[in-house]
Amino acid sequence: MLPDDDAHDALGPEMRDRCLAITRRDTLKGGTAGALALALAGAPAPAAGEPSAAAHPMPVNGERLPIRTSVNGRPVAAEIDTRTSLLDFLRERLDLTGTKKGCDHGQCGACTVHLDGQRVVSCLTLAAKAEGRAVVTIEGVSDGDTLHPMQQAFIDHDALQCGYCTPGQIMAAIACVREGHTGSRDEIREYMSGNICRCGAYVGIVAAIEDAAARMERI
Amino acid sequence: MRPFSFHRPATPDEAIALFEAIGEGARFVAGGTTLFDLMKLDIERPRHLIDVGAIRGLDGIDADGDTLRIGALATMAAVAAHPAVLRDFPVLSESLARAASPQLRNMASVGGNLLQRTRCPYFRNGVGGAYPCNKREPGSGCAAVEGLDRGQAVLGTSAACNAVSPGDWPVALVAMDALVELRGPLGQRLLPVEEFYRLPGDTPHEEFTLRPGEMIAAVVVPKVAAGRASTYHKIRDRESFSFALASAAVALDMEGGRVRRARIALGGVATKPWRAREAERLLAGMNLDVETALDAGRAAFADARPGRHNAFKPELGARVVADALLIAVERSRA
Repeated sequence: MLPDDDAHDALGPEMRDRCLAITRRDTLKGGTAGALALALAGAPAPAAGEPSAAAHPMPVNGERLPIRTSVNGRPVAAEIDTRTSLLDFLRERLDLTGTKKGCDHGQCGACTVHLDGQRVVSCLTLAAKAEGRAVVTIEGVSDGDTLHPMQQAFIDHDALQCGYCTPGQIMAAIACVREGHTGSRDEIREYMSGNICRCGAYVGIVAAIEDAAARMERI
Repeated sequence: MRPFSFHRPATPDEAIALFEAIGEGARFVAGGTTLFDLMKLDIERPRHLIDVGAIRGLDGIDADGDTLRIGALATMAAVAAHPAVLRDFPVLSESLARAASPQLRNMASVGGNLLQRTRCPYFRNGVGGAYPCNKREPGSGCAAVEGLDRGQAVLGTSAACNAVSPGDWPVALVAMDALVELRGPLGQRLLPVEEFYRLPGDTPHEEFTLRPGEMIAAVVVPKVAAGRASTYHKIRDRESFSFALASAAVALDMEGGRVRRARIALGGVATKPWRAREAERLLAGMNLDVETALDAGRAAFADARPGRHNAFKPELGARVVADALLIAVERSRA
């Protein structure tokens, strides 16, 4: 079992030292890599000439389905279990963990991505339905090292506290501007209502969107 | 989640043939916002999904004839923002724009929306024996009747089920006497949206009058002048992205300051999209003011049977109807 940060002080001195040497995040990453190595060993190698196979083949214990899609401008071909959500496909197969899993039932917006330019919740999108379509995630909005104006505006306006909802907020906010729903603060609030922030950073989020909307129009 | 096969037919005929060939366990899926959600909860258990979402030509919006014809695959967002819908049927546009979130409205189709299932917490959360539910497990009982029923229906209930019909769009369609165009193994038929839904009675698991293998191809709305003097008024626990506690779809046909004909349908309070005909009759020939509007609202709830925690609903609903009527009459003067 992994020591939880909150439980850290309750551990004995020996355990505490071991915890200092390896952070929880490292432990989680190491664990994932280990599991993936096992998965890779038993999985067929992607055929030569495939545009870009999924980073991590995963064992399929349900019905298999080949899909071809595009993620952040790169073609992706993979075989999936039909039950896979677009969210899990992005996170678990392509290592694009910027998109977050909040409720997994379409109620919080943390998993918002763009599908053919439209904002959707990736948790309720079957990965199978991304066939032939273009997905853009938070990893795909910046221009190299230059942040997207909406990302910069979220920093400038302190539009987050814990940051877990932020990738979804930013993806929804970019779409909100493109849809033309930033005419007033009330309109921004209405058209951002699909994204919940439990820290309550809404004032900063609305300010960031107002600011970025003006900058995006100048681009 | 249980395993399922996934199929992508290219035409409606192919989809229907596939459904017939597969037989039991087959389901059509479009946006998937209800079906995939309920599959994760192990409430829906299809063994074969037939994805109709990529079929071309089923998402058109045709406002040129004497009806408004909306292809079943048009998204909620597209219909809500369509200029002809906004102009001729604000009630339809508002019912969609005030439902769900922008993300879900980009995904969900207006055909699939008709098949949305209840948000009753006992239906959604009771899998694995935590709570009985006659919709999930026919004959198992209902935990909502005499339970925590604040959100439950007060109209059209039975001893077996008081789950609210969750939609807004179907309520607006029922008010406008819209029809649903169905295609199936036996051909095509048109059905009033009102007749698409069943009362729970003793068989709450039978929610729709859809026949096996039938798919929704379009929604057809007769064009009437009253469509322009219409509104969808919705009261929720929070201002946005929430299901209705009470809602009303209203459209008015006025003549010389008096009501010639009112159309009123209710959401959030009944077990199916609910047409309030008694209230409509009461208004015929009347001047519409605060008093007559509230009388009509109360008439709409004359048969309401609240449970333990939702006695507020008839009065809230009556006031929602009254406010909707006053908004619509204002629009009739524009």
